[in-house]
Amino acid sequence: MFQNILRGILLTAAAASTAHGIYRGEVPEVLLKAINICLECIGIG
Amino acid sequence: MVDLKRKLVQLISAVTLNSYAGGFARGTIYRGPLKQVCVPVLNCYSCPGAVTSCPIGSLQALATGATFNFSFYVAGIISLSGVLAGRFSCGWLCPFGFLQDLLYRIPFIKFCLPLWTRYIKYLVAGLFVLALPAFALDSFGLGTPYFCKWLCPAGTLEAAIPLSLLEPGIRGALGALFAWRLTWLALILLFCLGVQRAFCRVLCPLGAILSLFNRVSFFTISRNEQLCRHCGHCNEVCYYGPALAPELNHPECIRCLKCVKSCPAGALSWNFKGANKEGVFYG
Repeated sequence: MFQNILRGILLTAAAASTAHGIYRGEVPEVLLKAINICLECIGIG
Repeated sequence: MVDLKRKLVQLISAVTLNSYAGGFARGTIYRGPLKQVCVPVLNCYSCPGAVTSCPIGSLQALATGATFNFSFYVAGIISLSGVLAGRFSCGWLCPFGFLQDLLYRIPFIKFCLPLWTRYIKYLVAGLFVLALPAFALDSFGLGTPYFCKWLCPAGTLEAAIPLSLLEPGIRGALGALFAWRLTWLALILLFCLGVQRAFCRVLCPLGAILSLFNRVSFFTISRNEQLCRHCGHCNEVCYYGPALAPELNHPECIRCLKCVKSCPAGALSWNFKGANKEGVFYG
């Protein structure tokens, strides 16, 4: 019972976190970083 | 049989997540809208074929920028995946995990790492992915994605090597950092020949974060105590080996389900109901 409540709380918190990130405009920032070659990832930066 | 099915799913996942053939043909990366989506696996978004974003790279990328110190969007996606299925994505979807599984099949000296080494990945996640990129800033207020820069073998294998081979401009700019990254990659791949999923066990920050949800996730493995013969077979087939603390939904469990499918008594099962008993391996 306790575990099911905890799961529900965590699921809600995770969904809320995702929604909050989308609401405050993180998605275009993620896209911007991801569509440009990451210099650190390839050992130049 | 479950292992063959899992290999097939892993292969499909690796190919699908890196399906932008034009990137390999032209030495560029995919720049479409799917890159907004973070899939909870270690797959570098600078791989020429990558069509989605790496959550660990994105977490650091946003932390190092001037606008945000922390990404609720990426953390939320990782947490959603964790709450729903724990480390299922490590076992079934991660391309770098798949590579490690394949490497371990190569005949080589097999050995064990001390159990305490599993805690290193939490330090890597906390320090190199979350803290340093957000707080170790330069004079312009910008940080560095420390994990991507110094420790990520997937970035070297999937992005640095193919892009340097395909693009002369990138090849010409490589220096000491690239040499370090190649050496680090070679060391990790060598370790993976001897220890199954050595990188996942010791260093993977995504595995570290997802492991926090293993005991409470909706996807669980349970044991029917009336059927269990206490033969210890589940312990023998576990990728982590019998040294692992004997618990079915342990943080190190990657949900490969070998124990479930190979239990001679059929005492183990997986479910998505969240009605799990405290499972204990016998042996």
